[in-house]
Amino acid sequence: MLRKIRITLGLIFFIGATLLFLDFTGAIHAWLGWIAKVQFLPAVFAVNVGIIVGLVALTLLFGRVYCSVICPMGVLQDIIAKFGKWSKKNRYSFSPALNAWRYTLFGVMILAIVFGIGSIVGMLAPYSSFGRIVHNLFGPIWILGNNVLAGFAERMESYTFYSRELWVKSWILFTISAVTLTAIGILAWKNGRTYCNSICPVGTFLGFLSRYSLYRPTIELAKCNSCGLCARNCKSACIDSKAHKIDYSRCVSCMDCVSKCHKQAIKYTYKRVKVESLEPAMETVKSEVNDSSRRNFLGLMAFVGGTALMDAAEKTVDGGLAVIEDKKIPTRNKHISPPGSKGHVNIASRCTGCQLCVTVCPNHVLRPSGNLENFMHPVASYERGYCRPECTKCSEVCPTGAIQKIDLAEKSSIQIGRAQWIKENCIPLTDGVSCGNCERHCPVGAIQMIASVSGDDESLKIPAVDTEKCIGCGACEHLCPSRPFSAIYVEGNEKHRLV
Amino acid sequence: MGKENIDRRSFLKRLGLGASAAGLTLAGCGNSGKKIIDGGGSNNSEPGEMTYRINPTTGDKVSILGYGCMRWPWKETKDGEKEEIDQEEVNKLIDHAIAHGVNYFDTSPAYCRGLSETATGIALKRHPREKFFIATKLSNFSPKTWSREESLKMYHNSFKKLQVDYIDYLLLHGVGMGSDGMEEFRQRYIDNGVLDYLLKEREAGRIRNLGFSYHGDVAVFDYLLANQDKYKWDFVQIQHNYVDWHHAKEMNPRNTNAEYLYDELDKRKIPAVIMEPLLGGRLSNVPDHIVARLKERAPERSVASWAFRYAGTFPNVLTVLSGMTYMEHLEDNLMSYCPLKPLNEEEIKFLYDTADLMVQYPTIACNDCKYCMPCPYGIDIPAILLHYNKCVNQGNIPQNAQHPDYKKQRQAFLIGYDRSVPKLRQASHCIACGQCEPHCPQNIKIPERLHAIDAFVEKVKQNKLEELA
Repeated sequence: MLRKIRITLGLIFFIGATLLFLDFTGAIHAWLGWIAKVQFLPAVFAVNVGIIVGLVALTLLFGRVYCSVICPMGVLQDIIAKFGKWSKKNRYSFSPALNAWRYTLFGVMILAIVFGIGSIVGMLAPYSSFGRIVHNLFGPIWILGNNVLAGFAERMESYTFYSRELWVKSWILFTISAVTLTAIGILAWKNGRTYCNSICPVGTFLGFLSRYSLYRPTIELAKCNSCGLCARNCKSACIDSKAHKIDYSRCVSCMDCVSKCHKQAIKYTYKRVKVESLEPAMETVKSEVNDSSRRNFLGLMAFVGGTALMDAAEKTVDGGLAVIEDKKIPTRNKHISPPGSKGHVNIASRCTGCQLCVTVCPNHVLRPSGNLENFMHPVASYERGYCRPECTKCSEVCPTGAIQKIDLAEKSSIQIGRAQWIKENCIPLTDGVSCGNCERHCPVGAIQMIASVSGDDESLKIPAVDTEKCIGCGACEHLCPSRPFSAIYVEGNEKHRLV
Repeated sequence: MGKENIDRRSFLKRLGLGASAAGLTLAGCGNSGKKIIDGGGSNNSEPGEMTYRINPTTGDKVSILGYGCMRWPWKETKDGEKEEIDQEEVNKLIDHAIAHGVNYFDTSPAYCRGLSETATGIALKRHPREKFFIATKLSNFSPKTWSREESLKMYHNSFKKLQVDYIDYLLLHGVGMGSDGMEEFRQRYIDNGVLDYLLKEREAGRIRNLGFSYHGDVAVFDYLLANQDKYKWDFVQIQHNYVDWHHAKEMNPRNTNAEYLYDELDKRKIPAVIMEPLLGGRLSNVPDHIVARLKERAPERSVASWAFRYAGTFPNVLTVLSGMTYMEHLEDNLMSYCPLKPLNEEEIKFLYDTADLMVQYPTIACNDCKYCMPCPYGIDIPAILLHYNKCVNQGNIPQNAQHPDYKKQRQAFLIGYDRSVPKLRQASHCIACGQCEPHCPQNIKIPERLHAIDAFVEKVKQNKLEELA
């Protein structure tokens, strides 16, 4: 019964979290946004005291149910392990905790948080890894499916579905996601929860608490016949059936042992037991190393598959129309961070790189950075669209406070960057035709057209940017007819300011 | 007890009804009272004899339906990179047309990205030369081709592309267009001696009929007719349909009502060739209540058929051109013209009333002729204007956020926009360089209209329609 409740709740959280990272419309967020907000690390970064206290209390009461219910990465491993179990039953066995591993990584995490090295935090955070995997690997499939539906809808003159452009926002992240999924997949397939108990810093932290949890599975010595069935079905490898002991720092309260035991010798009950630490006999993690060639192969396959998808989706059209050259990303001395993120420092110290904002950005503006100093964090660029005035999606979905909730009025007054004019590219000067498309589309009226020849009002007009008014939304850059480089582009602000 | 009786009685009654119904059905089968037919095969779908008009100068027997070769179907090239005219489809269309009596084919060196003459020539080459009349034009619009050499090169090139040694109907293309219609006409045809040259070609028999097609400045039209004694125009091509009869000038101050144009030609007994009888589909793609109005009078005929019957009803019309892209267009038009059943006065009055209703709709007068294309900055001008018109006709122009259908309209308008026009070719990218504008035969102020549509799109996207007022 307890196990069934755990599985049901776990699936609800898992499916919800997955949908969050697939739904590019951002509509589901209104209903399921809380799933991201109750994740442990995001709550820490958002300094969401209520949720942190709640999760700590939950763990002190019931053990690490967070790991087996709320954390989508945990449930993902259970799902993979389930398939592994089909191939071989009763496959697990007790192994001592890999304390050196888990405490080292936990220490690294603490240091990374203290020093604000977001990219390391992002690599270790389970929720973020999960987000990246879903967004990068399953997102394209979701969009492809949507586009097929949109195709049918178009034929039926229905406007229920609309097609969405499909592009890989960062090949580095795509590769990292593929490698992460493969590695975690292999670990889960073979040994269940190795990742949670040896790598995941959240697991390690909750493990400190769960040693003292009030409710926990306990072995009744009187009933136990030492058959070892519980240990062979413990995906956390934390039941020492010979010694009749359970390592509660690793137990994720999945209740599998409770329901497996023929003798009803294991019960999930209230018990205050003095913890005796189990002496870890250092044993290396099997399987991880010798499977690297297969992992590489799988990663490569995913890579190749991804390329083929892109080619099919980005087919160019129409011979009768002038060819439009693709825009290239201009070199920006400072990157542009999304409005609400306050600036480079805030986003660097709080972003876990989960890609939720990238998923929902409807204008193809946000994409993960590939630079070392803000690796995986969202940055804005305007070749495919610009930061439109009616949208604050990224600020609505961010669970960590890296991008803080803003409304439309606030957004229109936050300067995230400033437009810079590049004389050499400007169409009135190069093609000799009047233009003014930047001025026409500036949502804050920061651009005016001035005579290109001083004093000659008849001369073609060129743009002049009032940097005191400019908010850096990129409308001018995106809609500039100059290609591949625009004649006006946005230079990011290190610190956002109000205009 | 009583209730049970009623129940039994009503049961018996129902049984009786059922039996009598069965009896009726049986009777229906055997009786000749009602005929249920298989619609597809028997519903008068086979056209009869084509109606012909006689050209008074040459005695040509011209089919009232003329084939406009401006809208041939396209397909992707084998490498998928470009588009080409679907020649097989063109052959099929022309074969079907000739088989049903169509014998007038109107093309131009400018049509279909310059490929129409070749494609039309290939298809017609497969038929005996005396089976069809070829009309083509001297389309020297670009100032680059105003010189005598360039203009004559274009003229001679038409013979090669069409694979003929004489042209039945040659037109000066689009006289009256440009910012100064008279001046441009002079430069294109008078100063360079090209018109004199063409008059000689007519004497030599390489041009059997000489005429002109007219758009824009009516002064040029008047001037050319005033000099009929000198030029002896054999025919004139005008834009004529039941909306333009009274409303052409109203919709576009630089255009002239078809009523005036037709009457001027009729007075001089110069046959009129009709273009845009359907306004590029705008008289077929109309709001629901107009569809209902027309269908009530002729439930089995298409909306477009009214426009074709209307144009054909005028006795001085030599032929009515229709740019039929699809076989369905051709089949429907054959139904209208094989034979033509002219409209009576009451029906014509009914169409003029319909036109009065139609002009109340703020559609843009784009006939999708693509003369404005290609835009050097990649904008798909006609696609944008047509999407807007479609939304006007379908009631999908969002009016205000309080409207009960607002959400539906907004979705249809915005998603439909992205579907009809790729983002990079939408109005937001128009820089108003103005290179398109002089090419528009309908004198649409293209950049102005595109910017207005773009501003509207922006308001709809931002949900700020109230501010538009």
